[in-house]
Amino acid sequence: MARLGLAQGLATTFRRLTRRAVTAQYPDVKPALPARSRGVIALTEENCTVCMLCARECPDWCIYIDSHKEELPPATEGGRPRSRNVLDRFAIDFSLCMYCSICIDVCPFDALHWSPEFEYAELDIRDLVHERDRLREWMWTVPPPAPVDSGAGPPPELTSARPADAEAAGPTGARAARTRTARAGAARRAQADSTQPDAVPPAEPGAAG
Amino acid sequence: MTEILEVLLRVVGVLAAFLLLPLLVGQTEHKVMAHMQGRVGPMYAGGFHGFAQLVADGVKFAQKEDVLPARADRAVFRLAPAVALVPYLVALAFVPLAPGLVGVDVDAGLLVVLAVMGVGVLGALMGGWASGNKYALLGGLRTAAQLMAYELPFVLTAASVAMAAGTLSLPGIVEAWQPWWLLWQGLGAGVFFVAGLAELQRPPFDMPVADSEIIFGAFTEYTGLRFAFFLLAEYAGIVLLCALTAVLFLGGWHGPVEDALGWLWTLLKTLALAVLVIWLRVAYPRLREDQLQRLAWQWLVPLALVQLGLTGVVALA
Repeated sequence: MARLGLAQGLATTFRRLTRRAVTAQYPDVKPALPARSRGVIALTEENCTVCMLCARECPDWCIYIDSHKEELPPATEGGRPRSRNVLDRFAIDFSLCMYCSICIDVCPFDALHWSPEFEYAELDIRDLVHERDRLREWMWTVPPPAPVDSGAGPPPELTSARPADAEAAGPTGARAARTRTARAGAARRAQADSTQPDAVPPAEPGAAG
Repeated sequence: MTEILEVLLRVVGVLAAFLLLPLLVGQTEHKVMAHMQGRVGPMYAGGFHGFAQLVADGVKFAQKEDVLPARADRAVFRLAPAVALVPYLVALAFVPLAPGLVGVDVDAGLLVVLAVMGVGVLGALMGGWASGNKYALLGGLRTAAQLMAYELPFVLTAASVAMAAGTLSLPGIVEAWQPWWLLWQGLGAGVFFVAGLAELQRPPFDMPVADSEIIFGAFTEYTGLRFAFFLLAEYAGIVLLCALTAVLFLGGWHGPVEDALGWLWTLLKTLALAVLVIWLRVAYPRLREDQLQRLAWQWLVPLALVQLGLTGVVALA
């Protein structure tokens, strides 16, 4: 019995010797990361409206945002001048970030995205605070969204952006319309007797509320 | 003049073999062990599959601080690595590669090699005693116990093959060797090889340096070049054991085209045995101290005696 075990030990190691090693040659060969890998948070600062949702929702408060207001001249003669938020600083402290993805989930304007880039280690922990220019650079490494699974419904990004006439065309289309924007559009369209769908302007998000 | 030149040539040849073969075995161990474990081993040093890893290791060891423990027995502590290393160099000079291709040809070569190999183990014992460290002392004592237990079957089986050949000269033994000796002396070959492994403290017989229990046994306090010497001694020991097994039991230079390629056959048999040493290390877990002693006294010594009796009966018949 013991002798059999000894032979089995030798056989196991020899069989392993004849197969390819499982080692990943990391610095030479980049790892094949799964879709939606959480490497680093990238920022599209053009989309940011300084709504501060991400900074407030962040569980460990690692997002720093500074901004100021800018007055825009009225669009029409005699109108009210509009004010606009201008982003001065957007920084994420990756020594605090725990990669929970809450900031990315709450961002209403798709300004934050996950990038699979992970090689941004630093020798000093204080150098892990990355400012907006670095975050903007990472935006180029964000992959296109992974295709939805077969059998899944249409993604809400598409249904919410669909023109109003397509939603009113049938009961399935109306059921698919879930967002407030789409509901408001459908309601207005029913009131307008549905003669000229193209003439109905897309409703502003804030108009219904 | 030509005599001096010849001696010089032989000495240089032995020295070259002593410096190259252990490195070759070490590198083979790096790669073979890695692949047996599903890894790839060193890949960078030297460029091609890390072939210069051991050179890099040597450079690293040379740069390290030479620490001498405060409570060490200084002279013995300093001398121990040399005592561990030099005997293997001496012993290697007596191992014949091919007819006439041997460092020193003496009539009692086998006796000299066995005696000198026993001295090599003393280096670990000296280091363990001189370190002033309880783990080193435990390791040294385990080394001593192992040496006592395994030297007996080691020498008995070597005596068996010497009896069969009727000579103590290593080239003489190879000359007398016949292929059917593989059967006749097979048991002895196994006992000799296992006992030799245990004397070298190679896994699975590495209880004296069991790192999970006593750090690194007798070598615990050693750093830098002195430690490197101990490591080199281990690999030189593997080379010597494998060469001896090949010469005594596997027919040395006997093989196809032995007139031209005899030296190659000896080297190939040695290397194949070295790979077996590595293989055993990967496959088997470490034996406990009591299991070690039981294997020696309850199995290897009786088997060696059986082999000795068998040899005597067949030789007289």
